Amino acid sequence: MAKRKKFDVTAEGDMTPMIDMTFQLIAFFMVLLNFGEAEHTEEIKLPKSALAKPPDAPLVSPLVLNLTDQGTVLFNGEYLPIKALRQPLAVEKALLQASNKSPADATVVIRAHRDTPAGVVQELIQECQDNSFERFALRVLQSQETEP
Amino acid sequence: MRIRKSVAGTTDKVEMQMTPMIDIVFQLLVFFVMSFKIVEVEGDFNVKMPAAAPSEGPPTETFPITVRLEADAQGKLAGIRVGGKGLASFQALHLEIRSLLGDDRGPGSFAESAEVELDVDYNLKYEYVVHAITAISGYIDEQGNIVKLIEKLKFAPPKKPPS
Repeated sequence: MAKRKKFDVTAEGDMTPMIDMTFQLIAFFMVLLNFGEAEHTEEIKLPKSALAKPPDAPLVSPLVLNLTDQGTVLFNGEYLPIKALRQPLAVEKALLQASNKSPADATVVIRAHRDTPAGVVQELIQECQDNSFERFALRVLQSQETEP
Repeated sequence: MRIRKSVAGTTDKVEMQMTPMIDIVFQLLVFFVMSFKIVEVEGDFNVKMPAAAPSEGPPTETFPITVRLEADAQGKLAGIRVGGKGLASFQALHLEIRSLLGDDRGPGSFAESAEVELDVDYNLKYEYVVHAITAISGYIDEQGNIVKLIEKLKFAPPKKPPS
């Protein structure tokens, strides 16, 4: 009796389309990943406005201040009361002056929570004005809903 | 020297190990999927507000239009007033501002030099202030273009917090 030869039968799937798709997905998510928005915090729910348009040109020396509805400012990872901002703002002012810039040319971006009392926002603006900051950008979400 | 005979019809196939690469690729994919966040478009209302100091330029001919926003105990909007006249909504405020400015929008017009002073109650929620700024600063026409009304804004000195 003739002996039958044994063959290893392995079914190999073609991996190329799957790898193609996976790389395309990675490229898609990489492009959309926004590392530049690090100063944004989920805690701040911005008010909405239909007229808010993203700035055409990058802001000059922006200083971003996140104001919570509790009246504290998230600055360099710390929650500070508005009165405690005096020193960090003075440091920012000194840094600007050291680089031959004036605090009046810098833009303070105020990202205030929509439920923050307006008086607290005014106190924050006043604190910045006391340190010679003049330009303010009140940041809002672009939306078609205008009235509450 | 012996010359190796190559077996006719056979090819030496070098197989690449795909498993580690696919592992890494999937890990990368999971990282990007997890860190993905839909970014909502944000915009700014630019306000130039120097600290109260004697102005360097000539005195302005026009007085600012005072918009008063009143709040109830919960911080909700209780009333809007423009020069003592009560208004029911931000839409009414918008129409009032447009009627005050008229149709003249050219250089040197009242619309260009007009200024609004926002006088708001301390505990009024900030979103109402933004709605008021939206009503004052412009509107979107039928073609979808932004028509600017008053760009000069300032705040009245902050009031004392309610005790």
